[in-house]
Amino acid sequence: MRETELKRTPLYECHLAAGGKMVPFAGWEMPVQYRGVVEEHRAVRTRVGLFDVSHMGEIEVTGSRALDFLQYVTCNDVSKLTVGRAQYSGLMTPRGTFVDDLLVHKMSDRQYLLVVNAANKDKDYAYLCAQAAGFSGVEVNDRSAEWAQLAVQGPKAAAVVQRLTPARLSDIKYYHFVIEKVCGVEAILARTGYTGEDGFEIYVRPAHAPDLWDAILNAGADEEIMPCGLGARDTLRFEACMHLYGNDIDDSTTPLEAGLQWIVKFGKGPFLGREALLRQEAAGLRRKLVGLEMIGRGIARHGYPVLKDGERVGAVTSGTFSPTLQRALALAYVPTELAGEGEELDVEIREQPVRAKVIATPFYRRPR
Amino acid sequence: MSYPEDRRYAKSHEWVLVDGNTATIGITSYAQEQLGDVVFVELPAVGSTLERDGAMGNIESVKAVSEVFAPVAGEVVEVNGALEARPELLNTDPHGEGWLVRVNMAPGSDANLLTAAEYEAFLAEEGAH
Repeated sequence: MRETELKRTPLYECHLAAGGKMVPFAGWEMPVQYRGVVEEHRAVRTRVGLFDVSHMGEIEVTGSRALDFLQYVTCNDVSKLTVGRAQYSGLMTPRGTFVDDLLVHKMSDRQYLLVVNAANKDKDYAYLCAQAAGFSGVEVNDRSAEWAQLAVQGPKAAAVVQRLTPARLSDIKYYHFVIEKVCGVEAILARTGYTGEDGFEIYVRPAHAPDLWDAILNAGADEEIMPCGLGARDTLRFEACMHLYGNDIDDSTTPLEAGLQWIVKFGKGPFLGREALLRQEAAGLRRKLVGLEMIGRGIARHGYPVLKDGERVGAVTSGTFSPTLQRALALAYVPTELAGEGEELDVEIREQPVRAKVIATPFYRRPR
Repeated sequence: MSYPEDRRYAKSHEWVLVDGNTATIGITSYAQEQLGDVVFVELPAVGSTLERDGAMGNIESVKAVSEVFAPVAGEVVEVNGALEARPELLNTDPHGEGWLVRVNMAPGSDANLLTAAEYEAFLAEEGAH
């Protein structure tokens, strides 16, 4: 994609003003970092950080059969949602693989808001529209242009956001949301995030986003809030082992292989991919996504081969040096028989095998 | 950023400080800014031979891995062992404690490298400032 075609979020000028280093990402011009990935990462783990995630897609599903439709296209049980709750789920192919991973928000009995990956938004929208053609009483609308999204993440996130809203944040549980005023404008205020910390994702109309950005930075001045870019977003989600579509999951991997059994609800009735997933479960998983810690010197990266006794047995899906744990860690698909904790494998780094061992995930769990 | 005038620079963002036959090689401040937080440095072994503009090592930041190219030819006589425990020296002091290797330089292989002023002009042209 040519640079001239890149989209900008309503916060583009705010990023430049904050010293953001802008890079192309999923068709958007986004800040990869401001002060530095590690400094931003630490701010979120110890205090609070602010992210522009307006590139994410928002797709609305409405109508009398919205629930039935979502039960059919996603693998989690949407009937468990009450109004004001959000659910992590997978948009499924008939093969039981991921079209995308997403958050489903129940706005009302006949209205749901799906938040999807920026890189997949157009694909997801087309897929949902095609699937909806077989359903009467369902309407699918791409609302991405109508929402900006800011994420405030970290142990001090609630304290900072509380200064900007009359909503009682202590009443909003993890994966719940309210429609409330934030900085005087109507927002979806959700206790969700992609960092492994407590925090909020705040959805407002794009025109209000710059004022909200500035207000959050001002409100968090005492906590030394930092604007954070996509670099820190990636290292944070990686330590928490939250999957990244295109790396750890894609349309060739299933939720069972990815360790996401908890979002697959066979008991809810028919859904896309159910038979394929049942077959995979009955036959036994051939491969699994595992955590690796590098024992030898080197950093495993996406796509590097995983070897056992010199034979290629899998591949790294995500890997970096963990700023919190100060170790080189990775996620990789390996055969089930090699997926046990303590198993020693090699990662091929620039044609050299480097020793690694399977360790438990998530790598990081926040203290509660 | 002003670049030290005691050394020469390559357009691939390495610096070379020549003292007699010995050349010390490092990466420039601009290069470390582009890399971000350095977490791992892979250097050639002492005794190995570097070709000018040939790959001589890899620098890993939290974001990605980048190759380093040899700005001069020669035999590696010393590597900066401090980087094993403190790779962040490349960020905090790229022109000093963050040096990478010392080589017994092949005579004349530092020809056509840039002066500090020329390197700064090159960065400006590249839109780096």
